[in-house]
Amino acid sequence: MDFLTILQILDSTVRLATPLLLACLAGLYSERAGIFDIGLEGKILAAAFFSAAVAFASGSVWVGMLAGIAASMALAALHGVASITFRGNQLISGVAINFLAAGLTVVIAQTWFQQGGRTPQLAGDARFENIVLPGAATRIRDIAQQGPLGQLYSELISGHSIIVYVAFAIVPLTWWVLYRTRFGLRLRAVGENPAAVDTAGISVVGLRFAAVLIAGVLCGIAGAYLATALNAGFVKDMSAGRGFIALAALIFAKWRPWYALSACLLFGFFDAVGNRYQNIQLGEIIVPVQFMQALPYILVVIVLAGLVGKAIPPRAGGEPYVKER
Amino acid sequence: MTMMKTLMGAAAGLAVSATGALADPAIIFDLGGKFDRSFNEAAYNGAQLWADETGGSYREIELQSDAQREQAMRRMAEAGANPIVMAGFSQATPLSVVAPDYPDTTFVIIDGVVDAPNVRSVVFSEHEGSYLVGMLAAMASETGTVSFVGGQDIPLISRFACGYAQGAAAVNPDITVISNMTGTTGAAWNDPVRGGELTRGQIAQGSDVVFAAAGGTGLGVLQVAADEGILSIGVDSNQNYLHPGSVLTSMLKRVDVAVHDAFTTGPEVETGVHVFGLAEEGVGFALDEFNAELITEDMIAAVNTARAAIIAGEISVHNFTEDGTCPVQLQ
Repeated sequence: MDFLTILQILDSTVRLATPLLLACLAGLYSERAGIFDIGLEGKILAAAFFSAAVAFASGSVWVGMLAGIAASMALAALHGVASITFRGNQLISGVAINFLAAGLTVVIAQTWFQQGGRTPQLAGDARFENIVLPGAATRIRDIAQQGPLGQLYSELISGHSIIVYVAFAIVPLTWWVLYRTRFGLRLRAVGENPAAVDTAGISVVGLRFAAVLIAGVLCGIAGAYLATALNAGFVKDMSAGRGFIALAALIFAKWRPWYALSACLLFGFFDAVGNRYQNIQLGEIIVPVQFMQALPYILVVIVLAGLVGKAIPPRAGGEPYVKER
Repeated sequence: MTMMKTLMGAAAGLAVSATGALADPAIIFDLGGKFDRSFNEAAYNGAQLWADETGGSYREIELQSDAQREQAMRRMAEAGANPIVMAGFSQATPLSVVAPDYPDTTFVIIDGVVDAPNVRSVVFSEHEGSYLVGMLAAMASETGTVSFVGGQDIPLISRFACGYAQGAAAVNPDITVISNMTGTTGAAWNDPVRGGELTRGQIAQGSDVVFAAAGGTGLGVLQVAADEGILSIGVDSNQNYLHPGSVLTSMLKRVDVAVHDAFTTGPEVETGVHVFGLAEEGVGFALDEFNAELITEDMIAAVNTARAAIIAGEISVHNFTEDGTCPVQLQ
């Protein structure tokens, strides 16, 4: 295995980890405020569809992304109304959102485009182009001609869509918001002890809605990335369980931003390895492709079975806040 | 709305059974969806051609999940549709259960073989068509490495891969052929992200021509090939127009002809196994204005020579599904 191959796997890791990272941070905001969010998957899917559909209709990927974020925020608001205002069960509301998104996207896509639940292929300005940093080569064959540093720069650092860079920038931003701002302190407090926050005269409902809507925005970006950057259009069920893997990554990360980054990169890495090495020969034994492609999911099981040590969720998570009994 | 549809459907069903002999034909598309730009779309084009020619109408179902197959077939048969065309190898098993229950209905299965008196099984010699595009790939390749991305890992798709590798090796015995399958379940037909990632990996290993036999997944393969500036080969339908200048050619599988034939002949269509090979023009490669600049006269001449030799029996292309092995090493 040469240096360039390692770089290519890492490059693929970054691409595949980006939607996970955005979804994981979305879950982080929501759950830190005490609202469990099983509906990440559904929000990503809805955003993927609406961003692709509107990008196709308008010809602008940015308008598409705004539409995707709006769709995701609408579902987030629904989750908020059900679980904050009406104090419903947060898990059930999340599951409902997943079903709603899985069904609605296909039905609407079929009605609008008559292409069997997919949007037409996007091209040109309707897609996020990869950003080529100054002096970087773009094509894999040109990159192979460069020296190690040039390869590192061209292959790994340059040549991603803008959303990838934004997603990585959101990690320190999230850390700063959560640990260095008044809003972040209150957000964390409302997930641990909402009664204390309420006593201090701060609106629990308002804070929780803010957190849920931030989650909506981040899921919206994740969906837009899937449909308009990684892919060129929406296909049925294209989120393919990424929302659930993001939830596992969130637990792995113990609800912390920097750990979330490393957890998502790890999941992305296993996905990339599974794609690149379909059958690995270890001496006499051939590791089959089925095993390699199941790696991220096997990792989820191992992680959730408690390998990570004690992961303590926010104390008030999952419980609706009732002011007076 | 749904209620309305059901009622209208029922009314239409009654009308059909009342007129008896004037039964509409029907088609059941597989999971990739009617507009996959590939296999199912070819089937749709054949059906649509028939409708345009005759002014007739046909019934159709797009399957959404594996569980619907048997139910969809029964619904079509109960509604009096005849003949009923089923696109896709996955329909063979449920059809073998359903066909004996409707002895007066003629079923046509594409890509599968069902042994029943009222079933016409249409299979294609994909290995022969793939052989020809494999030759084109090897002639167009500058790196001496070409690659293949399959959809679901099933023998039918290995037949494509093996034919492709044999064609490439016939032109350049030292050629390296990389082969990857997208997955092991039906979802592998609709995963353009993974298809694209596999293609990037193959390009990194030196491939400069990639052949996608992967339904909707193939769209991701062709997209990445166009982005990375290498050549790609489409499948089933003519996909040359998708990325002009990047799609070298498309391995045509005339599913449209098979569907059109069945619809035109009607319920009396001959049953039994029918093989569509090079001689029957059931498989081939696409040449049009979108790839005219990519394919030289010499390449066309070489491929046409091989084509004639295969039809005459002078070249025998090994069929992977016969014994599960391939004479050419795939990486």
